[in-house]
Amino acid sequence: MLEVSGLTVDYLTANGPVRSCNGVDLTVHEREIVGIAGESGSGKSTLITALTRLQRPPAVTTAGSILYHSPGHEPVELTTMTDGELRRLRWNEIAIVMQSAMDCMNPVMRLGDQFADTLRAHRPGIRRQAVKERTAELLQLVGVPADRARSYPHQLSGGMRQRSLIALALACDPRVVVMDEPTTAVDVVMQRQILTQLLSLQDRLGFAVVFVTHDLSLLVQLADRIAIMYAGRIVEEAVSDQIYRNPFHPYTRGLRDAFPSLHAPMGELSGISGNPPDLRNPPSGCPFHPRCPQRLEQCDSVLPELLPIDGRRVACHLHTTPQEEISR
Amino acid sequence: MSPTQSSAADVVLEADHVTKHFEISGGLGRDTTIHAVEDATLQLRRGQIVALVGESGSGKTTLARLLAQFYPLTSGQIRLDGEPVRTKHEFADREYYSRVQLIFQDPFGALNPQKSVRHALERALKLHHTFNGREELEQRMLELMERVNLTPAADLIDAYPHQLSGGQRQRLVIARALAVDPEVLLADEPISMLDVSIRLDILNLLRRLRDEEDLAMLYITHDIASARYLANTVQVMYAGQTVEGGPVESVIQDPQHPYTKLLIDASPDPESALSAEGSGDLGEPPNLADPPAGCRFHLRCPFAMDICKTEFPKRSELGNGHWTHCWLHAERPQPTTES
Repeated sequence: MLEVSGLTVDYLTANGPVRSCNGVDLTVHEREIVGIAGESGSGKSTLITALTRLQRPPAVTTAGSILYHSPGHEPVELTTMTDGELRRLRWNEIAIVMQSAMDCMNPVMRLGDQFADTLRAHRPGIRRQAVKERTAELLQLVGVPADRARSYPHQLSGGMRQRSLIALALACDPRVVVMDEPTTAVDVVMQRQILTQLLSLQDRLGFAVVFVTHDLSLLVQLADRIAIMYAGRIVEEAVSDQIYRNPFHPYTRGLRDAFPSLHAPMGELSGISGNPPDLRNPPSGCPFHPRCPQRLEQCDSVLPELLPIDGRRVACHLHTTPQEEISR
Repeated sequence: MSPTQSSAADVVLEADHVTKHFEISGGLGRDTTIHAVEDATLQLRRGQIVALVGESGSGKTTLARLLAQFYPLTSGQIRLDGEPVRTKHEFADREYYSRVQLIFQDPFGALNPQKSVRHALERALKLHHTFNGREELEQRMLELMERVNLTPAADLIDAYPHQLSGGQRQRLVIARALAVDPEVLLADEPISMLDVSIRLDILNLLRRLRDEEDLAMLYITHDIASARYLANTVQVMYAGQTVEGGPVESVIQDPQHPYTKLLIDASPDPESALSAEGSGDLGEPPNLADPPAGCRFHLRCPFAMDICKTEFPKRSELGNGHWTHCWLHAERPQPTTES
């Protein structure tokens, strides 16, 4: 449905460009939940703002393509679209849910008016009564009482605001919903509630989800497929279960082990030593090599490619170098 | 490591039935009272970490700030080494702060961006200790930095906060707190703003401080898994009321209060897949300006009985140091019809 290839995003700074997304390839299929995990600065948010063409200078997409496929139409290229074409695509085909609902809503507009705004912009000629009915229907979909349409955003609790934002994203029946840490600002109980609701909505309405978060244990529970990002690149991409049970990349393994378990027996955990890389001055070779416990000779000079291995994709010399050379 | 075996003598800092109500002036005579903490009891012992867990707004931070003497109590008592402490002038009680230190969530806001690492540590050291000359002071600063793994200490001592990573900043905040040789460390969500790969380092540092320096520690979090990793005992708060507590494994593996169960079930656990089923409304915490009577969880509780709506249950001991405030476990004053 979405086909990203070679996507590269630079932040233009006074000291030269900082590459925060570097040759990213990613596909999203119909009705699929794709998770993107990584730490801050790994480029995950840059990736999805580029994906939705929402980035602002100094971020500039310098290379790559994003193809959007829809049934009965030719694939369209998002990176070269005009603003007018984008406007038709957004909300109708691709919708976005951001992290902080408070920042996404107009604080001086009633909730219902914000829904009406969206519906009128994307469904020209829609009748007043239809707007009202659709708003009530959408709010009920996410478990917010329909009479809340008369409230201002500040009168809603954090959980209700975030759910309203999801309802707003679904206003025009999108085929893809892109979510950037939609539950980091709410409590665990509300988080669970929002996620189970999202799953049941997805079940019913059949949209695809691109879900970005730093919380890998949550993503393992939620997503069908997970891409792990580090220093602007995807370092591993696999089915959720494989990422959790048998990660190939040392960074993925470190990230998985950085979360203490709730029920399993537990000893001292070690996590990942060192600090995330400075993208202004990225390490040579594999960007993870200064922190990697299984570093090989070529890791500090040769950048590993993201290659398909055993039904997944991984960018690590450990899995492309013949075994005898590793043990040597 | 069993906390139940420690005697009362190990208790350094304790809150005894403390209550805090905030009076908020709404203008036009519409004053409201926020019932932030209700009758909370908590004990911090040497060489032990107590995790205080709950949703935001449950009163965790208020309780920590009461322990740090930030606000006067509405009722109850805070005792340090068995001696009741009375709030003196705000922030002026140097003796108290040389024994009890607080670490905040945000290592970016806790440091003066215009002052170097040296300044932050020197100030704390000089305020609480006396030194024979510059060299001894310098030596102490480098030692402190080594203790929290803020290394290479000699290079970083002249750095400014913006030159440090988030993890290094939080280490500096911890080093500054340790500068006064405290006996109690109150850590308010110390890792929630750090990168995932850094969090474990800080948790391991706190574990080491507990084990090697015998510090008593309060660890506030909403992340149950990290509480399990770090703490000896755990205490669960809901809407200002303490609902359950005890040894960490006992509470997390065998929760007795319906709220604790809800909280643990809702925590991310990669071992179990999420399903769209059970997507019902789990409700939200009540407004503390007008809290429900009785057990404040009764509005969301699947087992709520009539008595839950009127009266908050007394503490029931479940053995092995595990306790809860819940009518499911408490003796009722008169028999009630159960559904």
